[in-house]
Amino acid sequence: MSTGTTKLDVVVSDVVPVNDLVSRFHFRRRDGNLLPTFSGGAHVVVEMRDGERTRLNPYSLMGSPLDTREYTISVRRDDVGRGGSLFMHRSVKPGMEMVVSYPVNLFSLDLRAKKHLMLAGGIGITPFMAQTAQLAAEGGNFELHYTVRTASLGTYADVLRARYDRRVRLYHDDLDERIGLDRLLSTQPLGTHLYVCGPAGMINWVRDRAAALGWPPETVHFEHFAAPQPGLPFDVTLAVSGKAIRVDEQQSLLEAIEAAGVDPPYLCRGGVCGQCETNVISCDGKFIHNDHWLSEEEHRSGKKIMPCVSRFEGRSLVLER
Amino acid sequence: MGITFRKETFRDDFTFKNSPEHIRRFPFPFHEDAYMYAVNIEPHVVGPRGSVLENLIDVDEHYVAEMQDRALVLAEDPLRCQSLPHMTLAGWDLLELLMEQQALGYPEHFTLTRDGDRWRWINRPLGIDDTFTFGDTSTLPYGPMEYITRQSQGDFCILDQRDGNLWMDAGMVTTQADWSLDFDIGMNFFEWHAPVPLAHEKGIFVRALKFLTNIQQGKPARRLNWTMTINPRLDTSPENYHKWGPDRATVTPENVGDKVHLRVELQSFWRLPRSNGIVFPIRCYLIKMDELVTQPKWARRLHRVIRDLPDELANYKGLTRYRPALVEWLSKLDDGSATSSGFGPD
Repeated sequence: MSTGTTKLDVVVSDVVPVNDLVSRFHFRRRDGNLLPTFSGGAHVVVEMRDGERTRLNPYSLMGSPLDTREYTISVRRDDVGRGGSLFMHRSVKPGMEMVVSYPVNLFSLDLRAKKHLMLAGGIGITPFMAQTAQLAAEGGNFELHYTVRTASLGTYADVLRARYDRRVRLYHDDLDERIGLDRLLSTQPLGTHLYVCGPAGMINWVRDRAAALGWPPETVHFEHFAAPQPGLPFDVTLAVSGKAIRVDEQQSLLEAIEAAGVDPPYLCRGGVCGQCETNVISCDGKFIHNDHWLSEEEHRSGKKIMPCVSRFEGRSLVLER
Repeated sequence: MGITFRKETFRDDFTFKNSPEHIRRFPFPFHEDAYMYAVNIEPHVVGPRGSVLENLIDVDEHYVAEMQDRALVLAEDPLRCQSLPHMTLAGWDLLELLMEQQALGYPEHFTLTRDGDRWRWINRPLGIDDTFTFGDTSTLPYGPMEYITRQSQGDFCILDQRDGNLWMDAGMVTTQADWSLDFDIGMNFFEWHAPVPLAHEKGIFVRALKFLTNIQQGKPARRLNWTMTINPRLDTSPENYHKWGPDRATVTPENVGDKVHLRVELQSFWRLPRSNGIVFPIRCYLIKMDELVTQPKWARRLHRVIRDLPDELANYKGLTRYRPALVEWLSKLDDGSATSSGFGPD
């Protein structure tokens, strides 16, 4: 495979329900050796073999980078998604053999920061689980503000409070608690870096306010995994490999290309890393761009598409693959 | 078995030499009879036995002498080794990488024993046997990067990755081809490459940066670079230009074979796991013309490459002054016959 990372053969060592929506999955190496060291914020791509179909979904590693006996991820069940999280929840059991990628970090800590200010929303907490563990071990200065829907859906809120006490602030949507964002952002010491991971609306809000309040862009970090969205089926011609493929409703374009035996490079599968960027040779129809990689101008040009998250509606699409 | 380490110098009396086996394993950098920049990056995977790629971190017969030369450079100029405060974690990453690779490739010379955070490192060629706590700088005589790079051949740049760029934020640089860590420290990828001619216009650095920022753990990459050096001097730094610059005026038709050296850098690129930085080892190999031309294919090819090199490149590599004498000398070894493709000797 012409993919960006090496694969790891693992076995599911435990599956732990965390709350009504989230379960945690533990992986160990099948050969019993330690897993590769990683840095806080890294993700792995989990290969899910679901009958005929293979899904590849990225999940943040949430264990301590200091302990590589196992990797842990937390998966939020998405009942209207493409089925990856449902597969994890319904079909993955302890003892099952799976394949995950080497860790890749696209949401790295800036180790120059005098202080790390972290803002999490919902399942966006997972990369911060590893980053706080890494920083705590080094005596790093961090503060975590975590918004949850309800106390019972506050994934790991209790764990984080127990570990880090007042360095963790919780906000419950159902109690109408809100981050006082402007005040928070305008009272930070010089040298603070800001990290945000959560729903797209939250990320955009935090980035906009930080920019308005004069935070330099290089001090604002965000993890923006757009899960591929389902959509109408469409047909594509792959000009280089001479193949005609159909992308079905629950499949991403990248997965359909891979299912046809063509392996574009990838890292994030979430529209941020740029690896799978593909040239459009011709098209008759409209693009549904869901990525954060191409510029608006490139989106309008109709000359490029990110097949990991973006789709197409129309008569014909020819790609340089 | 093991390597027989040579006693030799890279300064003053310049006793450095390659054994016949080391001549044959020299990483000759020209796969065809011409040279132009390219992004000649390939996966850094183990190569044939008896080549410099037999192990991913190569240790050779010059190891002990190179480490002694490094110690001399550092005693005169401690700024050849620098690490900005946020780079200590990357230093530990590098220490782990080099200890693991050297122990893996050369178990008769190096042994690493790990018991949790308690590590024991035995380096027999240099007579070192240290036990320390991984992650605790106070348990080593130097910072982690300096400690291990005083025991590893080649220069090492550690690059921090942030804002879509790479930053030269730490390094051990004592065997360099006329560039200075002290000058470049803290610069980003485009800043420190600013002096290179022709390549910017070709968009090479934009593509190279894109590639490097996507290097993944467990998948290192490599490329070769080259220049020429008069006398087998490892430390051709700008700081010491007054010592080696004038050497270039000493080349005569009679001494080309002994004085002129091809200098090849095996550059590799590795993602560091804890810090998410990139380490860039630059391993320098030297070979004098008399040794190189024992392989007739290399003699013919080098003649054609140097003769036809664009003037800008010859100038950037500092060859201009002695190029006519070198080309004349090499021309006598080039009968015009074809050379086989690929790097290796026939």
